[in-house]
Amino acid sequence: MKQCKDLKIVAVERPNDGYVLLKLTDVAPLPEIRAGQFVEILVDNSPSTFLRRPISVNFVDEARNELWLLIQIVGEGTRHLSQLHVGDTLNVLFPLGNGFSQGVAGERVLLVGGGVGIAPLLEYAKQLRQVGATPYLLLGGRSAINLLQLDLFRQYGEVYVTTEDGSMGEKGFVTNHSVLESFLSSPTEGAIRISCCGPKPMMQAVARWAKQHQVRCEVSLENLMACGLGACLCCVEKTVRGNVCVCKEGPVFDIEALTWS
Amino acid sequence: MADIRTTIAGLQMVNPVMTASGTFGYGIEFADLVDLSQIGGIIMKGTTLNPREGNDYPRMAETASGMLNCVGLQNKGVDYFCQHIYPQVKDIPSNMIVNVSGSSPDDYAECAARINQLDNIPAIELNISCPNVKQGGMAFGVTTEGASQVVRAVRRAYDKTLIVKLSPNVTSIADIARSVEDAGADAVSLINTLMGMAVDIERRKPRLSINTGGLSGPAVKPVALRCVWQVAKAVGIPVIGLGGIMTAEDAIEFFMVGASAIEIGTGNFIDPAISVKVAQGISDWLDRHGCNTLDEIRGVI
Repeated sequence: MKQCKDLKIVAVERPNDGYVLLKLTDVAPLPEIRAGQFVEILVDNSPSTFLRRPISVNFVDEARNELWLLIQIVGEGTRHLSQLHVGDTLNVLFPLGNGFSQGVAGERVLLVGGGVGIAPLLEYAKQLRQVGATPYLLLGGRSAINLLQLDLFRQYGEVYVTTEDGSMGEKGFVTNHSVLESFLSSPTEGAIRISCCGPKPMMQAVARWAKQHQVRCEVSLENLMACGLGACLCCVEKTVRGNVCVCKEGPVFDIEALTWS
Repeated sequence: MADIRTTIAGLQMVNPVMTASGTFGYGIEFADLVDLSQIGGIIMKGTTLNPREGNDYPRMAETASGMLNCVGLQNKGVDYFCQHIYPQVKDIPSNMIVNVSGSSPDDYAECAARINQLDNIPAIELNISCPNVKQGGMAFGVTTEGASQVVRAVRRAYDKTLIVKLSPNVTSIADIARSVEDAGADAVSLINTLMGMAVDIERRKPRLSINTGGLSGPAVKPVALRCVWQVAKAVGIPVIGLGGIMTAEDAIEFFMVGASAIEIGTGNFIDPAISVKVAQGISDWLDRHGCNTLDEIRGVI
């Protein structure tokens, strides 16, 4: 059930100049949130930040009743969010969207993330472990400084890293990583599937690789949104069923549903 | 305690606040977040005779105190509405109003005729002013002849409350209003969006897929107020005002220049419960100023 309410900031962490991690709590228990869902945050009333900002759910700490938002600072709205303090409140509309595919006990899932796209994969890795599935993480960034929360990811699965400048892990893009081939060649372990989130060109490259090797793959899209509720039809993506709302029927789509070549 | 119940051309509403077409879906999308029974009227997504895919993405751009959109009337057509959506909305305890658009007077009339059959739809809002569609819409609402032609065709086919939504992208909105009143409209609603543009300077391209789109939000309020003021003086039928309303105080401005009811559109994206809060705020404002009904402030300007 969706809610729109003020949540309190209990922690503000700045892993580097380009990101802020906000940890939010509520007086009531947080609702059930599926990994891959997102929130719409109301930013301060300034002329250039009128609409809410959609941010994916990075992590839910059930014990502490905390919702984590890992935010990349890209413009006015996100810059304002990075300047908030512990004790401030944020008005949040959530949980929104469909989320990643429900994990199944025994399955193997390769979570591929790029840049701030790694954010929703942390919660997904946790939820997959909770149902007895095995997540593997393949995370890419421009440089080591862009790869965040690696220690947290390692708690849920093996982590493989690529950086474009070679400062950590293998040099290149995620689709170049040497571990990819090994996921294909183990008939005893069952077919792997991919859940992917990151810049569109990265997701398109991963989708091409998946199609080529007949691997099931879903991606999380990030279209410009207004209502976040599937009411205004601004955020549509073309699919084989016509234009659908990324905020409601997505943001996660099976690549077979999209019209990517 | 002020009485803000409002009747517009036979349409009885619990309060003068309605939600604007294209911003509130079919109402059900907001059901978790707001009590729909406390909204005077819900104007649903624009419906056309035949299904429409709408324009390509990107369909929106944020602007100072507002946004541009070029959704392009994406909808599954009136038959799909009647068969699949109407059953889901017909028992919502508000006035469920269908917004109708079309490419020709016959299309408009046929669409309206099919909606006329639905018992729980007490009114339609005729969109003769949508600026995003290549054929129809824009072409009809910018001339008195075009506007009149569509309204006359629909009036013949539709016998319930007919609201006509006007565009501000015209030389004289009062002239358009007069012509639709003469053609049989029961009420007018204004303004639809203002035609605007935004540019991505790094990509050196327009931000919208079809280059231009409709501007809405607080940025347009002064234009909307001016239009409502001019139209309220030009016609005898009720005027429904919309354009950038975010607060009860904004709504009061519209009543003072002559509106009998208001719609909230873009505001729903900022606060899904805004319509109910504004209705409560209108009531509170009247109480604080010793007014019993909106009659005491309507059209005082």
